[in-house]
Amino acid sequence: MQGKCGLYFTTYAGERQLFATWTSRGWLAALLLALALLPAYVGTYYVTIVNTVLISVMAAASLNLLTGVCGQISLGHAAFMGVGAYGAAFALTRGVPFIPGVLFGGLCAAVVGMFFGIPSLRLKGIYLAIATLAAQLILQFVFLHWDAVTGGSSGILLQHPVILGFDFDTHEKRYYLFLAATVLVLLLLSNLMRSRFGRAFVAIRDYHLSAEIAGVSLFRFKLYAFAVSSFLAGVAGALLVHRTMKVSLDNFTIDMSISYLAMIIVGGLGSISGAVMGAVFLALLPVGLGMAAGSLSGVFPDITSQIAALKEGVFGLVVILFLIFEPEGLAHRWRLVKAYWKLYPFAH
Amino acid sequence: MEQYLQLVINGLVVGSIYSLVALGFVIIYKATKVVNFAQGELVMVGAYICFSLTVQFHIPFFWSFLLTLGFSVLLGLCIERLALRPLIGESGISVIMVTIGLSSVLRSLVQLVWGHDLQVYPQVLPTDPVFIAGLPVAPVYIAALALSALLFAVFTLFFKYSRLGIAMRATAHDQQAAQSMGISVKNIFALSWCIAAVVSSIGGLILGNINGIDPHLGHLGLAVFPAVILGGLDSLLGAAVGGLLIGVIENVCDGLAVNLFGLGGFKEVAAFVVLVIILMIRPYGLFGTEEIERV
Repeated sequence: MQGKCGLYFTTYAGERQLFATWTSRGWLAALLLALALLPAYVGTYYVTIVNTVLISVMAAASLNLLTGVCGQISLGHAAFMGVGAYGAAFALTRGVPFIPGVLFGGLCAAVVGMFFGIPSLRLKGIYLAIATLAAQLILQFVFLHWDAVTGGSSGILLQHPVILGFDFDTHEKRYYLFLAATVLVLLLLSNLMRSRFGRAFVAIRDYHLSAEIAGVSLFRFKLYAFAVSSFLAGVAGALLVHRTMKVSLDNFTIDMSISYLAMIIVGGLGSISGAVMGAVFLALLPVGLGMAAGSLSGVFPDITSQIAALKEGVFGLVVILFLIFEPEGLAHRWRLVKAYWKLYPFAH
Repeated sequence: MEQYLQLVINGLVVGSIYSLVALGFVIIYKATKVVNFAQGELVMVGAYICFSLTVQFHIPFFWSFLLTLGFSVLLGLCIERLALRPLIGESGISVIMVTIGLSSVLRSLVQLVWGHDLQVYPQVLPTDPVFIAGLPVAPVYIAALALSALLFAVFTLFFKYSRLGIAMRATAHDQQAAQSMGISVKNIFALSWCIAAVVSSIGGLILGNINGIDPHLGHLGLAVFPAVILGGLDSLLGAAVGGLLIGVIENVCDGLAVNLFGLGGFKEVAAFVVLVIILMIRPYGLFGTEEIERV
């Protein structure tokens, strides 16, 4: 990693640190403190919104490993999350404790993800995208029709998560659960990306033949990417259904898969901070539009009935405009802004 | 047995519409290597425009048909110029995503203008069924099959003999070589989007006459992926055969699932199960060109 101007490392370990400077550590601590204090200062409604955002961050970050870092396009991410959610619900409703139950959901998702990842050795780009699209639609069908496990269209009701006797029975308490999980997932992914595995994934993304010549086993590492990404997606899915305490089909549709893909594109492919920014931006976009429509409803009375269609259109427009005008995503823009303030008033 | 024969006939009719949509898809892919996830939405927009012209503006069906085709040409041009051309040279995922974004925008516009309700076309063709092998078939189905066959014949001849068609094939084969022979690659890209929009809206018109139209019509685009993969992403013949095959497979599998397991709604996934199997066995489809990589 290239250090900033004026920043010199005397050890390799120093250069490999996640947060190399005291400034960045300070900002991080401030951010975590602010997030920890958040429920004390905002109402429950906003906490539920932030919970949704946190889970989107987890989902987008896990998709980012597969698509952004390893270059395997997946249009079936929401379905893998669904496998995790139904797997976890299956275990939890049969009396398994919360954390092992969620991990079991993740494992189910990893197995299913690896199965649908097998074709990735022979398929590239568009063919893989269509294979994962097929996975999405087939899994959706299974969710709807395998009533014995998934509860069909009526879904499954869940109990509040309990960890070591502590009952997460309010949105505020679950917020801390989601926050902790998100921080863990992000830490795990950041560390994974600095490891042998991360470098192998990037090599595969950049050019698969060179990666193979350099000694990366394509089949094994692509399957690893599918496994880790689907595992984290499964965990995110299992937590997602604890937001409302109900497993239902709406959370795992193809539209959700597409919006996770849009999050990492808007944020910036292949970077953790990009996935976070994209997820926050796109998860808050419909909320913001809803509020805007609410305040405009006095002027345009029809607007509330059209809001669903408007949200969809704005979503599409945002994606198109980002791809045309900011193809490297928000993360890239953020780096430019930081560089600008650091260097001002000099150009270099 | 008679039930299955009926299913096969229905499958062929739906399949002929899949073929038309797949034709648009293949033309875009062949010339520009862009996979268009908004193909189903092009179908929907065409269907709604024609509906609007005939029902809301009372223009005779024939003329509104022609006007719709004109509108589709404009739509194709706009999409290519505004959304796709800035992305030439970008990675595959960007191009896929821009067409997905496009499909959201088109769906949203249709809902904003025409609402969510099912709209019904006026009857253009007689409704008395024609009997084929003892089974009743509505004339609109026969018209659908005939129109698709006609369009396929026209495009096969177009690509084989006309100057433009040959230019399109040359562009598909090697863009740089085509450019250096004086073919405007940009114009070819625009032309392929126009053609795709036109054939899709014809598909939309036929569908509208059969079932009526609603904003879910765009989902048809998803059903077309198995058809194009089965036929081969870059083969016109493949689009025709793949569309018909998938139409028949869907209907027959659906009938089998209902009769054997009492499982409803298998229609929507049958094609995708077939798709996964094809991708595992023969990823380039029946008639597609296999890509060979050399280091």
